[in-house]
Amino acid sequence: MITIEDIQKLAELSRMKIAPEEQESLRAQIESILGYVDQIKKAAQISESDAGEPKVPAGALRNVMRDDVNPHMPSEFTEKIISSAPAREGDYLKVKKIM
Amino acid sequence: MIDVSKLTIESAHDHLMKGDFTAVELAQTYLDIIAKKDKDVNAYREVFTDVIDQAKKADEIIKFGKATILTGIPFAMKDNILIEDRIAGASSKMLENYKASYDATVTKKLKDAGAVFIGHTNMDEFAMGGSTENSAYGPTRNPFDIERVSGGSSGGSVAAVAMDGALAAMGTDTGGSVRQPSSFCGTVGLKPTYGAASRYGLIAMGSSLDQPGPIGKTVADTEIIFDVIKGKDRYDSTSMDSPFISGGITKKDKLTIGVPRHFMESGIDADVLANFDETLKKLEKQGHKIVDVTLPNIEYSLAVYYVLMPAEVSSNMARFDGVKYGAHADGKNLLEDYLLTRGQFLGKEVRRRIILGTYVLSTGYYDAYYGKACVTRDLLKKDFTEAFKNIDVIVTPTSPTPAFKVGEKASDPLSMYLADIFTVTANLTGVPAISVPCGTVVREEKNLPLGFQIMAPHFREDLLFQLGKDIESVR
Repeated sequence: MITIEDIQKLAELSRMKIAPEEQESLRAQIESILGYVDQIKKAAQISESDAGEPKVPAGALRNVMRDDVNPHMPSEFTEKIISSAPAREGDYLKVKKIM
Repeated sequence: MIDVSKLTIESAHDHLMKGDFTAVELAQTYLDIIAKKDKDVNAYREVFTDVIDQAKKADEIIKFGKATILTGIPFAMKDNILIEDRIAGASSKMLENYKASYDATVTKKLKDAGAVFIGHTNMDEFAMGGSTENSAYGPTRNPFDIERVSGGSSGGSVAAVAMDGALAAMGTDTGGSVRQPSSFCGTVGLKPTYGAASRYGLIAMGSSLDQPGPIGKTVADTEIIFDVIKGKDRYDSTSMDSPFISGGITKKDKLTIGVPRHFMESGIDADVLANFDETLKKLEKQGHKIVDVTLPNIEYSLAVYYVLMPAEVSSNMARFDGVKYGAHADGKNLLEDYLLTRGQFLGKEVRRRIILGTYVLSTGYYDAYYGKACVTRDLLKKDFTEAFKNIDVIVTPTSPTPAFKVGEKASDPLSMYLADIFTVTANLTGVPAISVPCGTVVREEKNLPLGFQIMAPHFREDLLFQLGKDIESVR
């Protein structure tokens, strides 16, 4: 059961203003989609005999790291990146004050 | 005027090399077709103004004897693949004026090969959808029947190729977004092995699922493009070179083809199933062996997908905050800036998936949904690994139906999601998959294309191309 309050809470968490008239249709749709995906609860868990086994072969999943060397030149990309910002002040992104 | 209807990449390349026509003439031919057809189809978001200049450069490269097979070949690029200094909008109001600050790796590789980019193509907003109806700029229609959808989310790229508005195209595939529209519009669409091609410079949707994918008129065309775009990239740490580069593959002429019959018992259009069985018979006649295969967890794949994908979507979409780039709506304070920007400029389906993803990741539901889906995904991977011990490929119809009508599923997201039933498994397991045209079915006096999907073990795209060409030879 998804309630309107759930939708409002989720919208708040995901930082989106959702109009009141849209909340009910969204509630019904999310409920119907969750009704469908609920079937994964019936899927098998990793069986008892597998429990001791690692889930993936060793080495199949690993972090890829690089040495922290050869930085790019200071401000090499600054203008290119900052120029896409909706608002800037010099080489800074401009936002409203939060305190 | 060049007759482009029969052209393939290889034949166009031959003509360019022999001087039968120039890259400029070829590009102009496609531009003329777009001018004529695209007002009905709406495949392109933007046709670039410098196409002829690009083609002139290609002609020079050809003249200097430095051409590759893609030099001068006109390409359509999906609107979520970055090309430096051009708008990459992902067909969203959020990125309407966003100019890419760098080239995607696939873009760079195609540029280096001399490809000519005709334009950016329409898509479901941020690649979320299966019909391009979720584009902020109206749906792309099916060139075979403009009352019907092109499929999605790479509908514009596919329709561009299908209407002869480009010789080849690039799309992206998170749950079938290259293969399903290819099935609807009669093109070949490839989703490479996860990691086979770099995701750098694609606007991310589901990062553990996304892959860029080539779209062409023939299997050979997609193979040519794949060979150019594949490979390890320092900017995508999940990319890798094929482990089979230095051999290790045993080539055989006749394949063992697995059919997961238990997964095809309901929900498939009768004509689609009949066409699929007919194609199987033809393959059997060619000497391939057809066997039943059981994939115990495949029935959960769509449910797993619609947990993991929205979860990843909700994380990836967090970057659109009206501060760093893209659209901005002004509120009373910073929080309201976020709320208004995201509420106004993200479309309905995008917001729906963000809400769903936020739900399955939230405290109290995480284990039941996200955690469980991860475990089930591992089981599904294991099913495939087991199955591939005894068979070479797994085949299904690409989509359970031919192209549906514009608006038919718009009000019921779940019915739209069900169209992905056969395609999402390849993204979940990471295996490569291709959709190859396998005939047509008549609906309201229109011939609608159907697609045949082949899946192979990781990094065995060669098997997809091999069997795909066999299907083309008997079609």
